[in-house]
Amino acid sequence: MTALVLAPGPAADLLIRGAHALDPGAGVDRPADLLIRDGVIAELGAPGSLPAPDGAEVIDAEGHHLFPGFVDPHVHLRTPGQEQKEDLETGTRAAAAGGFCAVVAMPNTDPPVDSPELISSLRKAAERDARVGIGFLAAITRGLEGEQLTEMAELRGAGALGFTDDGQPVSSAAVLRLAMQYQRLCGGVLALHEEDVGLSRGGALHEGQVATELGVRGIPGLAESTMVTRDVALAEYERARVHIQHVSCQESVAAVSAAKQRGAGVTAEVTPHHLLLTEDDVRSLDTRLKMNPPLRTERDRQALLDGLRSGAIDCVATDHAPHAREDKEVPFEQAAMGTTGLETAFAALHTGLVRPGLISLGLLVERMTAGAEVLGLPRPGIASGQPANLCLADLEASWRPGEGGWESRAENCCFAGRRLQGRVLLTVAGGRVAYRERSWTLTPA
Amino acid sequence: MRQRHLLSISELDREDIERILARAASFAEVFGREIKKTPALRGRLVVNLFYEASTRTRSSFELAAKTLSADVLNFAAAGSSVEKGESLKDTVATLTAYSPDAIVIRSPHAGAAALVAGWTPASVVNAGDGKHEHPTQALLDLYTLIRRLGSLEGREVWIVGDILHSRVARSNLLALRKMGAHVTVCGPPTLIPRGIEELGCDVRYELDGLSGADVVYALRMQNERMSEPFVPSLREYAAQYQITSRRLGARQLLMHPGPVNRGVELSGEVVDSPQSLIEEQVQAGVIVRMAILFELLAVPSPGRASHLEISPPPAPEPQPA
Repeated sequence: MTALVLAPGPAADLLIRGAHALDPGAGVDRPADLLIRDGVIAELGAPGSLPAPDGAEVIDAEGHHLFPGFVDPHVHLRTPGQEQKEDLETGTRAAAAGGFCAVVAMPNTDPPVDSPELISSLRKAAERDARVGIGFLAAITRGLEGEQLTEMAELRGAGALGFTDDGQPVSSAAVLRLAMQYQRLCGGVLALHEEDVGLSRGGALHEGQVATELGVRGIPGLAESTMVTRDVALAEYERARVHIQHVSCQESVAAVSAAKQRGAGVTAEVTPHHLLLTEDDVRSLDTRLKMNPPLRTERDRQALLDGLRSGAIDCVATDHAPHAREDKEVPFEQAAMGTTGLETAFAALHTGLVRPGLISLGLLVERMTAGAEVLGLPRPGIASGQPANLCLADLEASWRPGEGGWESRAENCCFAGRRLQGRVLLTVAGGRVAYRERSWTLTPA
Repeated sequence: MRQRHLLSISELDREDIERILARAASFAEVFGREIKKTPALRGRLVVNLFYEASTRTRSSFELAAKTLSADVLNFAAAGSSVEKGESLKDTVATLTAYSPDAIVIRSPHAGAAALVAGWTPASVVNAGDGKHEHPTQALLDLYTLIRRLGSLEGREVWIVGDILHSRVARSNLLALRKMGAHVTVCGPPTLIPRGIEELGCDVRYELDGLSGADVVYALRMQNERMSEPFVPSLREYAAQYQITSRRLGARQLLMHPGPVNRGVELSGEVVDSPQSLIEEQVQAGVIVRMAILFELLAVPSPGRASHLEISPPPAPEPQPA
């Protein structure tokens, strides 16, 4: 069974001419012509070297960059049950617009994805609606209640990539330990939302200076890092494979990094918003900047950036969390947690980290594709013989997210209205064209 | 410079505060008149939108508006459309349709007043937003103190009690510092927010040293916010932090935002003592709120057209022949 599902469509026949191809995994970093035949990368040649075969569309991409398609190991597609926020079609449209060729959907839907039947029906729906590949995680515990394990083996059999109770922690160490033991039978990564709910209860933003000034109850970094420390200890003891979701503070990075050095089966992800924004950005109480875990301090942000550079943090995940307008047009403390992120991740990180020279473009591309391996998926690459999963971007294009509307059904994006540089022009996912930027004219050569 | 809203003390500078307090002083004489009314805001509509129980703040806003001859509409959340699930945004839209000149809002949520200010052309007055700010309380406290002490420059003020859950503490800390006073916050370590000293105050966990204070400002132990046991017992709290006649020196002034829990944060005899400014605070509440409403409403801001006005259709543009 293939792990990722998407709707069938016409296989791409494209000749992309003259783009700068960059795939650190394949050792590609040069201007090239790339030929896609029947949805598969047929040839990678020197610029101007490949003739256009009959029936292929020719794209003049000189001055643009060609990357492997990005993979997001953490999105909320709100299906089933909350389609007023997002569905498989709108969510994957947003993904394609951001250069993603695959996303992994969280199971905290209504009802939660905790039965093999739900996994099967979601996979069927994805075969009809998804523009890019979707992988599904199933719940670790029934109803996400943290008490009884789901039928993990059958869920895997039905196509679940792995397991998570994301949105909630598995509060009981004993229950998580059972899941780790059971993982030896069924496989599949355990992706962990780390939060001590006793320490975080009632909090709406980071417990720090801004929370003190605003009189809003805070969520300390401790609520996350103590659970990360606990869970890597459990994982080491049980030789389990765990993935720490949306790491947000310095102490968590340190705990993951130390566990990796001891050889633990631990990976970790970080979001664009935690890499780029801090508690200071929340001072205006803009509800688009309310998320869990919350935006933290500059010290935490620097630690996340160091972790991304060193590899202590394996990959970028958007934690794309769409909400309906009425969930966010309320006072900050009442607002729903989460920001959308698929459409802005690459542009925001390119603007905030690559352009100022904090990380290289190659490292960004690496960390935006590494989410595949973390969840046991093949990593997209620019190499002949590979199915075409790639995106073309104009690194000079300047835009403001939201100015032309959103592909997502939701508009709660923390980067809305900020000037970003770098824009995805074309995304090919699973061998079919998933997205073309509207204002970009494809000039036939 | 005229303010359009009063949302927080942090947005006021010392000059703004002094202007409001001077205006309040000029209104004090109204209550000595035989007819306690002035026509300053005749024909203006003030809406009180209260999402939390409040006696003195709501009544004093009502009295302030009526003394200035404004009309007042009280909209309490209990028993209203809010209980039927209406959102704050829709409630504000509904009230805005009545063309109020000011909306006075109290909400259990930080930032609610600022949010409302973005949704209505009316002037918005924050009458308490969550644990964030209560700017009119801080202004009336300044008024009360300045009348007693003259300048607050260099004065020592201790704020004692549940600092964590207190919007009064936050607004007063900011306001007192702007007027040159030195502030110490004192309370159980579980009720002092982390990093509050960064706002420019000293932090103490014991009342030792209270004798150095010119003013002791006691806060209410807010049982309604105590879903968790922040202190082991009210008995132990009272033993450690209650302001008693033994702890309060003869030349020290005592303040409290009300309502008082006698026997918890204050002993009965200090409430009734001549050092207590509690009643003066209540009196100041009315005239300071008059000053605030006057500041915001006395001069109509340009472009605030009434929604109820029926304007004739615009004359057609002359067409070129």
